[in-house]
Amino acid sequence: MKRHLISAADLSRADALLILDTAEELAQLADRPIKKLPTLRGRTVVNLFYEDSTRTRISFEAAAKRLSADVINFSAKGSSVAKGESLKDTALTLEAMGADAVVIRHPASGAAHRLAGWVRGSVLNAGDGTHEHPTQALLDAFTIRRRLMPGHRGPRRGPRGGTGGRVAPPFAGGSGGSPPRVNTALDGIRVTIVGDVLHSRVARSNVLLLSTLGAEVTLAAPPTLLPLAVGSWPCAVSYDLDSELPKSDVVMMLRVQQERMSAAYFPSVREYSRRYGLDTARMARLPDHAIVMHPGPMNRGVEIAAEVADSSRSTIVEQVANGVTTRMAVLYLLLGGTEFPAVTE
Amino acid sequence: MCAASSPVAGRDGLAVLDAEEIRRALSRIAHEILERTHGGDQVILLGIPTRGVPLAYRLADRIAEFEKLVVPCGSLDVTMHRDDLRLHPARALGRTELPADGVDGKTVVLVDDVLYSGRTVRAALDALNDLGRPRAVQLAVLVDRGHRELPIRADYVGKNLPTSQREVVHVLLAEVDGQDAVMIGEKEGQL
Repeated sequence: MKRHLISAADLSRADALLILDTAEELAQLADRPIKKLPTLRGRTVVNLFYEDSTRTRISFEAAAKRLSADVINFSAKGSSVAKGESLKDTALTLEAMGADAVVIRHPASGAAHRLAGWVRGSVLNAGDGTHEHPTQALLDAFTIRRRLMPGHRGPRRGPRGGTGGRVAPPFAGGSGGSPPRVNTALDGIRVTIVGDVLHSRVARSNVLLLSTLGAEVTLAAPPTLLPLAVGSWPCAVSYDLDSELPKSDVVMMLRVQQERMSAAYFPSVREYSRRYGLDTARMARLPDHAIVMHPGPMNRGVEIAAEVADSSRSTIVEQVANGVTTRMAVLYLLLGGTEFPAVTE
Repeated sequence: MCAASSPVAGRDGLAVLDAEEIRRALSRIAHEILERTHGGDQVILLGIPTRGVPLAYRLADRIAEFEKLVVPCGSLDVTMHRDDLRLHPARALGRTELPADGVDGKTVVLVDDVLYSGRTVRAALDALNDLGRPRAVQLAVLVDRGHRELPIRADYVGKNLPTSQREVVHVLLAEVDGQDAVMIGEKEGQL
């Protein structure tokens, strides 16, 4: 793995699988009385947030704390940034305080990449403008794998020993007792990403990561909400959501990002909702096993109907729990091993 | 099932235990566990990945064979508790799988292939500490090669193998490596 996580494109298939498999093992921590590991004791993780965020910041904070790292939260509001400090100066301040990793969310695309050139620690991109949000893509891939890939054990049942029968060794495949899901990618899974792709860093990271993992990604959006260069992305494009639904294993709804919409991208919210919103009637067109995802926060009634968001197909709450687990895996893999030799990359 | 494999000398060095000897050592350890724990009541076996896990399951099979007693079995990954994490790139995690009843109040027998510095066992004790409060913790190893760096000893030992620190000990198990053997060889890259 590289030293930073800036883009989902930085991850090879092997890297991505290592992260998902590590997350798979770390997921067990949620069932334990002590949800903490000593691995990153003495390391400092700075959450540098230039944009409002609850779930991502809390998720990174929980992940770092469960690994015993020290967490410093820095939000642009009420800080020296309000006094006009530049990103570089803030970065150098953090550097001087000995941050081993900086988790950055910034409204400008490319901010994480710039930061990586200024600090010695690892930089984790937690969303930069309309560019990327790689940990969201990882947690989405993890959620898809847990829900859909064969060999999945479902909600954890008591492992061997609780069955009362004879002792069955777990070595059928000769592979050290791993669950069958480990080392499984998402080959052949059909994912439809719906909505505001243009402003969505989640969509961009997901397209890159899911295609790396072998999934077939289709973007369904009005033409005005697709980026110009979408033709060069490793995915298909459709303007018609209804024709895509019956073919989808996963439907990922994107939030309509009113705060980034400076122009009229669609005539009215009501019209958008009629054509691209996921309501119960549309959900009924999905195959029986299909799941509905949303990176949150949701606009209920706009891109997703309340009944859909609360249905058993929806993985929205699961995604939040998986977010902590996946981010723990990333933090462990970036910070858990040797200090990287101080060489220029 | 235990075709006596001839001692293989070669890449991994000299075979010091063959399949039959490993089988006998495990049978003896299984008997000793039953003896020391007064019939194996409330015992659980936790193997330390990778090769401790198949050893734990083999011991459980032996105990089932000798006493018709099902001893819960599991695995305990210690990676996140190791003290040498920062000396290597981050490594992939092994599996931790506990019996349904957990470890509280049980006699936990940790099972590993080789006991050397004792650091893995220390990590295992720490990992176990976060999982519950066993009544007692014991340690079973197939090979004790000496050179302890911590005040740790094994309760059940398959074979004491005096070694030099320049040597390496490889335990090969059919479940993982396709054959059973304990090999001793020279450490690579050392003069």
